[in-house]
Amino acid sequence: MKICVLVKEVPDAAVTKRIDPATGRLDRSGEKNLNPYDTHAIEAAMQLKEGGQLQVDEIVAITMGPESAVRALHKAVSLGADRSVHLTDEALAGSDVAATGYALAQTLKRENPDLVLLGQQSDDGECYTIGAVVADHLQAPSLTQVISIEVDGDVLRCERQAEYGYDTVEVELPAVISVGDAINEPRYPSLKAIMGAKKKPLETLSAADAGIDLSRVGAAGSQVECGSFKAPPAKAAGTIIEDEDTNETVEKIVAWLDERKLI
Amino acid sequence: MSRDTAKVAVRPGDFLDIDHLLSDEERDIRDTVRAFVRDRVVPHVGEWFEAGTLPVELARELGALGLLGMHLEGYGCAGASATAYGLACMELEAGDSGVRSLVSVQGSLAMYAIWRWGSEEQKRHWLPRMAAGEVIGCFGLTEPDAGSDPASMRTRARRDGSDWILHGQKMWITNGSVADVAIVWARTDEGFRGFIVPKGAKGFTTQDIHGKLSLRASITSELLLDDVRLPADAMLPEATSLRGPLSCLNEARYGIVWGAAGAARACFEAALAYAKDRVAFGRPIAATQLQQSRLAHMALEVNRATLLALHLGRLKDAGRLAPEHVSLGKLGNVNAALDVARAARQVLGANGVTLEYPVIRHMSNLESVVTYEGTADVHALVVGGALTGIDAFR
Ligand SMILES: Cc1cc2nc3c(=O)[nH]c(=O)nc-3n(C[C@H](O)[C@H](O)[C@H](O)COP(=O)(O)OP(=O)(O)OC[C@H]3O[C@@H](n4cnc5c(N)ncnc54)[C@H](O)[C@@H]3O)c2cc1C
Repeated sequence: MKICVLVKEVPDAAVTKRIDPATGRLDRSGEKNLNPYDTHAIEAAMQLKEGGQLQVDEIVAITMGPESAVRALHKAVSLGADRSVHLTDEALAGSDVAATGYALAQTLKRENPDLVLLGQQSDDGECYTIGAVVADHLQAPSLTQVISIEVDGDVLRCERQAEYGYDTVEVELPAVISVGDAINEPRYPSLKAIMGAKKKPLETLSAADAGIDLSRVGAAGSQVECGSFKAPPAKAAGTIIEDEDTNETVEKIVAWLDERKLI
Repeated sequence: MSRDTAKVAVRPGDFLDIDHLLSDEERDIRDTVRAFVRDRVVPHVGEWFEAGTLPVELARELGALGLLGMHLEGYGCAGASATAYGLACMELEAGDSGVRSLVSVQGSLAMYAIWRWGSEEQKRHWLPRMAAGEVIGCFGLTEPDAGSDPASMRTRARRDGSDWILHGQKMWITNGSVADVAIVWARTDEGFRGFIVPKGAKGFTTQDIHGKLSLRASITSELLLDDVRLPADAMLPEATSLRGPLSCLNEARYGIVWGAAGAARACFEAALAYAKDRVAFGRPIAATQLQQSRLAHMALEVNRATLLALHLGRLKDAGRLAPEHVSLGKLGNVNAALDVARAARQVLGANGVTLEYPVIRHMSNLESVVTYEGTADVHALVVGGALTGIDAFR
């Protein structure tokens, strides 16, 4: 079987994110990295492959993004993907979630995977929705915020992290599953894997190659438009209690909580 | 034509934007080692230092990452560039000099000795398992009475039929008692030769050196060789003079040039964070001119050391690195790192003398680093000799 993992290049966690007021889009000029959540999706794919209960022949990393996104694919490959696909086209710039999901689904259709894995959110857009959009286009079941996957015969038994607790859900393949960071501890890529990443096959596709209807993508093809942006109201400075005498410190914390009727 | 530079923002962690001089692959390797050190070394190394140990399991983890003998080609080694190897050393030593020492001794001393001077058979037998961290190596050159002057060593090997009989004592040997195999250098009738001595060989014992107040997260031992009988194929066939061990040391020293920059960076980062946080006389100490001057000096030294290391790396990758270059680098960078560590230690006040912060650990480690692999004096003499054409050792 084939697993496709959707990955994204995002601003590095260390970079302060800001909206470019001129374009209304995220300023992506600084250091970039592979979306950390996607590393968990790749690891999940690797664990399914290495677990031996499923016969995983191939793990394919797929991204949509500008030229620089090749780096995210190299990282994905160094973490275990066998090859990668880069969907890149000027016409795709400015796509919203619906347009991005459509474009990715078109790319996925060429691969016809048994399982699509992705991180539950991107570190920049934080939409949590791409998985569902992609699943809808592929007419496949969608599971989100999954923190464990177990193989049970033909079905995957997944645990979802929900606000009220955990859902245990069984799903048949093909399916689209977005994973949370609690699902696993991604491995460190080995040196050999890093150095070998550029030698693994990488296919570059234009929107036309992927059979994408240009009227449905890009800024023009997107329904969502960003209006104005406001910084969140500044928070009042917190209270710092220096721990000089632990008994006193505890008393102070208790008094503080008590004052606010929190205990 | 000058370009508009108004938009370039300076980052305290990489003041001169040295990152920009690295390739994507080099950055990826650096980031992986940095993450490993952050997760697997930094949280524990204070305890290891205090207990005076280094868990041997770490070797397997380092092996799985591909860091052991990473700059060697073939036999299970990653075949990375010298620059990539240097970057790894920098990140490892930003964690602790002891961890970097483990990797240096394994890859640049023990493995390199076999890789460069060993037979095909020896390479195939030892290197893959050493690269994986399944077999730990050590390197015995120094003796109680022969440090800077290895030519005065007393350890001898003599032929007995087709066998060799090895007799002598080695001192200050990193990984000595945990090693599965020792590369031991000895004087013979045919010049100085290297021998592969497996743990457990009859007459070969080790004794750990205790009471070290430096490089405590590293095991240092004495090797006692009491007429150890070795088969002919234990000898490294290609080495017949001190060029053998010195070539290995040159590899390891190159890594130290980078490692020292890493230790300095860790001290600088700790001092910068502390200075911004610590309030005295009603304001952060970072707001005082004296501390800013210290921080500026530290940043300068860290950046200068890193640039020097990177330059040597590029020279090495281009096949243009001379041992004298490495001597200049080790002399300059370890002294700079000591300087930064001592300044940082003062910034941290009383906290600077505890293991809760990395600074005094680095500061005391660097006292070993400035001594082993050629003391600063010895490297000054090498550079001086290259400058003047006059050998001042004797
Ligand atoms: C923690 C640690 C780990 C080590 N690990 C290893 C290892 O794995 N393998 C190994 O073989 N060795 C190892 N060493 C030994 C190390 O390489 C030696 O300590 C080093 O070479 C210096 O030798 P020495 O201590 O005998 O000092 P000496 O050579 O006795 O030097 C003493 C002083 O005299 C100075 N000096 C020496 N010669 C001259 C000269 N011609 N002119 C002016 N000044 C001079 C030196 O600079 C120094 O200041 C290790 C040492 C330490 C501390």
